[in-house]
Amino acid sequence: MCSLALFPPPLSGGQITLYEANNELVAGSSPDCYEKQHWDPPSLNFPRETLKPHSRPESSSKAAFLDHKDTLWMRSAGAWRDAGLSGLLDEITNSAEEVPKWLAVSSGCVLALIRWMSSFHGSLFPHLTLSGEEMTAEFSQVLDWSDSAIRSFAWHPHTDKFAVALLDDSIKIYNSRSATAPTLKHRLQRNVSAMQWKPLCASALAVACHTCLLVWHVDPSSLSTRPSSGCAQVLSHPGHSPVTSVAWSPSGSLLVSASPVDTAMMVWDVAAENCVPLQRVGGGGVTNVSWSPDGSRLLAATPSALFRVWETRMWTCERWPCLKGRCQSACWSPDGSRLLFSVQGEMVIYALTFSDMTGGPKSAAVVADLSETTFSGIDDIIVGGEVQSLAWDPTGERLAVLLKGNAGSSSHPAIIAVFKTRSSPVFELLPCGFVSGEIGAEPRLIQFHPHFQHGALLTVCWSNGRISHVPFYFVSVGRPHTGGSPPLPHITSKIEDYSTTHTLYTEQIS
Amino acid sequence: MLSFNQDCWFVRKVVRWRALASIAWSVLLLPATTTLFVFLVRFSLFHPVEWISECFGLLMAASTIFSLILLCGVVLVIGFFNLEGYTVVPSIPCSRVALLAKVLHPRQCVHSLVHCTVGMMVMWCASVMAGGRYQALGSPCTRGESADAPEVCLNEYHVFLLLAGAFIGYSHSFLGVVQNMNYVSFQIIQQYKYLRCKGSLPWVLKCSAVQSLYAVRNYVALYFFFGHIPRAWISNSLNLPIDSSLHSLDSLTGLLDFSLLYHLWISGAFLLLTWYITVLLFRIYVTEAHRFPVQSTFAEDAEQCLPKVLSEKRTPIMKFLALQDLALLSQHSPPRRQEVFSLSQPGGHPHNWNAISKECLALLSDLTQRLVAHHDAVASNGRARPPSATSDTRTTSNSSVSSAVVSGTEDLPQTPRPSVLLKTPGSVFLKSSGRGISSPLTAPFTPDLDSPFSTPSLRHLAAQQVPQQGQWLGSVQSPHIIRRGPKLWSTSTDSQANGSALASPVPTPSSPPPEQKSSFMAQWLQNRKEQVKGFMAKRVLVVYLFNKLPEASSQALFADSQAHIWALEGLSHLVAASFSEDKYGVVQTTLPSILGCMLSLQEAVDRHFKLPHASSKPVKTSCSMGDSTYKTLRFALRAALKTSIYRITSTFGEHLNAVCISAEHQKRLQQFMEYRE
Repeated sequence: MCSLALFPPPLSGGQITLYEANNELVAGSSPDCYEKQHWDPPSLNFPRETLKPHSRPESSSKAAFLDHKDTLWMRSAGAWRDAGLSGLLDEITNSAEEVPKWLAVSSGCVLALIRWMSSFHGSLFPHLTLSGEEMTAEFSQVLDWSDSAIRSFAWHPHTDKFAVALLDDSIKIYNSRSATAPTLKHRLQRNVSAMQWKPLCASALAVACHTCLLVWHVDPSSLSTRPSSGCAQVLSHPGHSPVTSVAWSPSGSLLVSASPVDTAMMVWDVAAENCVPLQRVGGGGVTNVSWSPDGSRLLAATPSALFRVWETRMWTCERWPCLKGRCQSACWSPDGSRLLFSVQGEMVIYALTFSDMTGGPKSAAVVADLSETTFSGIDDIIVGGEVQSLAWDPTGERLAVLLKGNAGSSSHPAIIAVFKTRSSPVFELLPCGFVSGEIGAEPRLIQFHPHFQHGALLTVCWSNGRISHVPFYFVSVGRPHTGGSPPLPHITSKIEDYSTTHTLYTEQIS
Repeated sequence: MLSFNQDCWFVRKVVRWRALASIAWSVLLLPATTTLFVFLVRFSLFHPVEWISECFGLLMAASTIFSLILLCGVVLVIGFFNLEGYTVVPSIPCSRVALLAKVLHPRQCVHSLVHCTVGMMVMWCASVMAGGRYQALGSPCTRGESADAPEVCLNEYHVFLLLAGAFIGYSHSFLGVVQNMNYVSFQIIQQYKYLRCKGSLPWVLKCSAVQSLYAVRNYVALYFFFGHIPRAWISNSLNLPIDSSLHSLDSLTGLLDFSLLYHLWISGAFLLLTWYITVLLFRIYVTEAHRFPVQSTFAEDAEQCLPKVLSEKRTPIMKFLALQDLALLSQHSPPRRQEVFSLSQPGGHPHNWNAISKECLALLSDLTQRLVAHHDAVASNGRARPPSATSDTRTTSNSSVSSAVVSGTEDLPQTPRPSVLLKTPGSVFLKSSGRGISSPLTAPFTPDLDSPFSTPSLRHLAAQQVPQQGQWLGSVQSPHIIRRGPKLWSTSTDSQANGSALASPVPTPSSPPPEQKSSFMAQWLQNRKEQVKGFMAKRVLVVYLFNKLPEASSQALFADSQAHIWALEGLSHLVAASFSEDKYGVVQTTLPSILGCMLSLQEAVDRHFKLPHASSKPVKTSCSMGDSTYKTLRFALRAALKTSIYRITSTFGEHLNAVCISAEHQKRLQQFMEYRE
């Protein structure tokens, strides 16, 4: 089992990690001080100050402007439209002098009943008491989402193209082949929490928004810098908001979306705009969905200490109850046979191995220990803690882990730890190093380039609004075919070495 | 529609058993729904204990058991109609008059009649179970003073419920036609039957409650205005006097009875729920994936193997399930893919792959032809037409297109068939003028070039007639044409094909006919035409009825596109898998034709989506049992097509440059390889 104590000490004194070559990370004083070897994606900078977040709180400031001389009827209709049944009841109860007494009293009673029920429900699932924006921040893969200049980032799976969602609810698309960077804006595009490009398609981008799911069709050959909102499909389902996660199937035919308030996860046929809800009550919602690269399994994390692994042929699921907390982040190995995940409240990375032969694993194994470690140098730096997000490069050789750190102290920053992964003879993680950025910049979001030719390319979004790319040059052992097609399911008959594992999980087939 | 007279092994061995199983399950679910109904209909807020004990007592009563048996019979009848009437290719009427013809079709009339009767039976059961004032048809009269009063009077509440049953039964049957309730769509993901059923049950409950609410609204309005007619009729024929001391129900005070409306709504929801559950179970059972063997060791099973089944034309459900199975096997099961790529044992021919790919390619090129034909028909209509009228090009294109008409659409509903206009203009005009345009069916077929209500193909056809009159007028009408004449209503899909067939020779309507043998006749016809045009344009009803529904033609073209989507998915996955799994290279030989076929289909689809209304999204229907998946099939097809081409290009990458396809396709493929499409 790998631990952070085996790592080389993190950089200090304003050094920046530039790239990895010959098995070690090379540092320099500025991002431009080394010879660019290949095509380099643009390093962008979106200063936090230039972006204005939308000042539209959910309990809107409408009341300040509304003329309260409206009739009760009008106000009730407005309340019904804005806030549903409870809003209507609230309105009736508040205007007790205008309505018959029995109506005011009965609506007050019903309202109290509803509140009591929802508080009971909320005590079962505490996340339901959060507002939509807080919920998105809580379950997002981005560290400190609500303050981050960059809300989401998505590489195109086949071409050198990426999309960046910014604090001001706009999305910018950068393409290596064209100089135009289209900006996508839509009335419903608020609080973007996740994005993903459709595989086997040049143009479709799914965006998880506050109230709905948007699928943009951005024509790659178009020269327009502001595609109209007619290019976006709006997919919504009652009770399915805020959407916090989207995942396209690797074959490009289905899209799965998840919302923490909806116990059903939606499987969309995007072109036909119809959906199949897959309902499982336990867990109280779905926060994060992630499709295995071979398309045979789908992870669905819930806000409670439980996650599910669906098999995508007949859509049945296995339940995996955790002991400590909810599943914060997870990633699949390139062949879809192994799942790495981290649990909130624990400083370890677990691995689950699936194989088609034996029906499934019985327990998860701890593969890395991320407990806090102090590196003493000029000034002591504490590294370690809970995991914010995990990213595994498409060749399966590098694993990047974004550690939360302690926001209060400067000696315990959020940091990216990179592991080398080896799957034979036994699966293990080996230390590679820490990726550090400019002084004062905190990593917020990490993602690997899906088809980097010379190893792996890690894209990091920093708190100062900078997006940088860290290449890892190595020769991959089992490099898949360069075309980037979804690999066909392999049958792994490897027997895991469970001697170092400790059993934490039991499996129940539901 | 599928029927029992089709002697297909699949219908005999699989579909019938599936239907039987679904009916059996719906019968088994009846006690549960009945219990729910009894508890809801007898609900009383203030006497909960009494309510519960009374309900349990009622559930054991003989009348309830008898009602249950009756309801089982009803479910059997409904299940039988489901099996007889289902279709996997929806029929899409292109104008309102076609829809009307569908509603008035004799088979539909029988369907409605049976549903009315069955609805009344369910409502009778419901009224017996509801008890109280709904219990029986006769009730003791309340008029005590007069001695000559009859003993038993008509119980209007009972009649009210029975008529409601008939009304809901009819509206179910009617909405079934309008919303294509007999259309069975396939789900985008595979699920086990139990889970799928469990997932859909809340939706069905909600649906029946909502639909029952609408039905109650309509029925109450109808009864308010016309309720006295059936009441008087029943009272007369059964010799039961109407109790005049009670409020009659077709008055405001009678209808504004909350408990009556509640009972009516609950009973309606119960009726619809039992029927909807039957429909739902039937759909779930019949669309369950069926696994066809790829090859069989025994010769007698050969007709049940995938390659043979795919080429079957007469049983659409089997073809669809076979294509679904192909799509699934190509994605999920490597051993079955191996069977597809395998060579025959003596001889070493890839028979399996050849048969499968040939059938899929035939399907796709068929769609391409249909699209091209439709596009030509529509496009030539809008622009100025080159003045060239040759009848031989028409016949050739006609024959080529007639092959494009898919099997399984013969029983589609009837829409105005443009070919009827092949009759001489004279005959059309004479008929319309002779009858004084009494019949609305013939009138709109008169050439009416500029009026807004003529369909594009009609307008175009009318244009054709003018120059043809010389050659047609004096000549004897060929029996072929005459035979086609009376067939006023044609299928939606081949109306497109026919329209396009006629599209190629397109003279401008104002251009004088080449040989003006009978200029007097032409003049007279011209005048008649003007008159008819003026007359028709004023009739709002005719305009309304014959106006082409927007995007209906587009929907009709892609009505069976689920098959094409599966064919595309199956082919592309197999081709992608062949990159690493195909040991003998059997796929490589067909790769050029697969790519060519997909690229030309892509071109045709792109052109089709440039037409007006083709890319407009249909409005979302609210809670109803009708499946509207077919409305968006064209979008699904477009997406599946692109994904399939990308799947092949991303798997093969640069190797595709070595494949021999035409330069135009090569260029298009290059676009895909650079991810620019």
